[in-house]
Amino acid sequence: MSEQEYIPKSKAGKWLNDRLPILTLGAHLTDYPTPKNLNYWWTFGGILTFCLITQIVTGIVLAMHYVAHADLAFGSVEHIMRNVNYGWLIRYIHSNGASMFFLAVYIHILRSLFYGSYKSPREVIWIIGLMIYLLMMAAAFLGYVLPWGQMSFWGATVITNLFSAIPLVGESITTWLWGAYSVDNPTLNRFFSLHYLIPFLILGLVILHIWALHVPGNNNPVGIDIKKPSKDTVPFHPYITIKDAFALLVFMIIFAGFVFFTPNVLGHSDNYIPANPLVTPAHIVPEWYLLPFYAILRSVPDKLGGVILMFGSIFILFVLPWLDTSKVRSAVFRPIYRQFYWIFVFDVLMLGYMGAMPAEGIYLVLARVGTIYYFLHFLVVLPVVGYLEKTDPVPMSISDPVLTGGAEPSLAKKDNGKI
Amino acid sequence: MAKFKLTKIFFLISIVFFPYSTHSAEQTDPIKINWSFKGLTGKFDRASLQRGFQVYKEVCASCHSMEYLTYRNLGEPGGPEFSEMEVKAIAASFEVIDGPDSQGEMFTRPGKPSDKFVSPHPNKEAAAAANGGAYPPDMSVLVKARKGGANYIYSVLVGYEDPPPGVTLDQGVYYNKYMIGNKIKMPNNLIEGLVDYADGTESTVDQMAKDVTTFLAWAAEPELEERHKTGVKVIIYLVLLTFLVYLSMKKIWSRIDTKV
Repeated sequence: MSEQEYIPKSKAGKWLNDRLPILTLGAHLTDYPTPKNLNYWWTFGGILTFCLITQIVTGIVLAMHYVAHADLAFGSVEHIMRNVNYGWLIRYIHSNGASMFFLAVYIHILRSLFYGSYKSPREVIWIIGLMIYLLMMAAAFLGYVLPWGQMSFWGATVITNLFSAIPLVGESITTWLWGAYSVDNPTLNRFFSLHYLIPFLILGLVILHIWALHVPGNNNPVGIDIKKPSKDTVPFHPYITIKDAFALLVFMIIFAGFVFFTPNVLGHSDNYIPANPLVTPAHIVPEWYLLPFYAILRSVPDKLGGVILMFGSIFILFVLPWLDTSKVRSAVFRPIYRQFYWIFVFDVLMLGYMGAMPAEGIYLVLARVGTIYYFLHFLVVLPVVGYLEKTDPVPMSISDPVLTGGAEPSLAKKDNGKI
Repeated sequence: MAKFKLTKIFFLISIVFFPYSTHSAEQTDPIKINWSFKGLTGKFDRASLQRGFQVYKEVCASCHSMEYLTYRNLGEPGGPEFSEMEVKAIAASFEVIDGPDSQGEMFTRPGKPSDKFVSPHPNKEAAAAANGGAYPPDMSVLVKARKGGANYIYSVLVGYEDPPPGVTLDQGVYYNKYMIGNKIKMPNNLIEGLVDYADGTESTVDQMAKDVTTFLAWAAEPELEERHKTGVKVIIYLVLLTFLVYLSMKKIWSRIDTKV
């Protein structure tokens, strides 16, 4: 928070600000002291905001032309692609935008895991972030159903059927979700309604996410608490805004590459076949960003067990701040955790690959190994490593590499070089 | 430290090589054709599109619908680009069911450029019934709806063979090297010299397959040329803007002692 009370210069500004302190908020956002050593992994917050706004704007335009009806949805998407002015551009931005959104959110989450941004006093930021992530997955799944292609239909069938695994009431819940006795027109209608709702819930949570962030301030690559404002910080504007803008533009170049030159590479060709309840595709696969969870789901021979593990793999992240027992935040000073971190990243990527492969033979075995390791990482590795690990010396501030007790200056220098 | 690097290297190697390892496939990989519409500045071959339309109209259209296409599309930029007169003539060569009129009766009239492509069958069921129970898929987005895209469609068109010994085929089922499962209900329709090309091109099986595939690729992505052209402009613009913002960033951050 700003040190000094903000006083608007103009009379009108003062009048408004006395009634609604929106100018004070603006001044706070402009001056917000930010650690000066943030690297480019910290630019993904801004990038994600851009992704959300892009999805909302393109989505609103698409909804003006889309028809949420089982007989008309597929054709209305083709109508957008062929007859609406720049409809192809808007739709490809929206469909690839979902993938870019997830790409950015995964980098954002991995950054948090590496630098310990989820730890005290930032647990609430982390939890709100996870809620956003959950809603993103819901929105993406619902959105993928809307074109009413083969993958839409069968993806919806597989996912909604998961709820039938719940004992006693499962079947009734599934029927209630469908609004029919199978995935059908009522399902498509409600999915469209919810798909339109969720982005605005996300927007609300994003505001809370940023609000919660502005209480303790940003974590940083060194992972230490810093005095704000001090010579360790820079005002958000213009230093961070210009850096975020630069990173966003690089991101947009990659985004544009997908949209204009390979707009369908991240999708599945079966989704250009109109939904047909009588023909099941050879392999039903979700979009790439849900594959690791799909692999976990399929690795369990029991349906209910698979559902529990799949949801568990996400909900375990909610208690992560209390599973990680290390007081040191940044992996830069945690030589053991750092290795487990990369093993974990590899494990998730492997699970993603297994999710795309048929659940049989070696794929199934590896998916099971990957699933077990996923949970071991959180339930065993993190608590134990936190206790046993001898962390490297942590500097006192960003500007002065003065170390805490037991200093080994040579080591500290080396690590500082890496930051 | 050394250990850390090893994990990292292992990690990188794995992500590079993992996706390319073991891949079980029953059918033969499609033939790779160097299509003119591939690549960042790819465009359709106009003459090939026009010939492809002729193949579609004279051969495919007797079974396959293209319900999302409109006759006017044939004259639009980036497509076969028939002249306005030609498009009108093409449309008029089809009988379109219209109505109801003021008496409540349906009637037929010659097609107009604003009409959708006339389907060979009134509905899916009729199409399936006329084709031994197999519905000939609508071809509007067929190229996008098949893994392998244009290469796959082309390969299937030229992939008819006598079945290998031991494979028995039911009545009305044909053997195709590139089809998933190797069995296809569509007979081999492309016979040398079948189409009398208006531009005098020799109508070999390979030529007809290439032309009609090009036509289908355009039908699936009529925006392709505009998309490529716009894409190049957008990327150039973004790269220049990124460079300018980079310079601004360097300038702003030079006020303090921290590198960016």
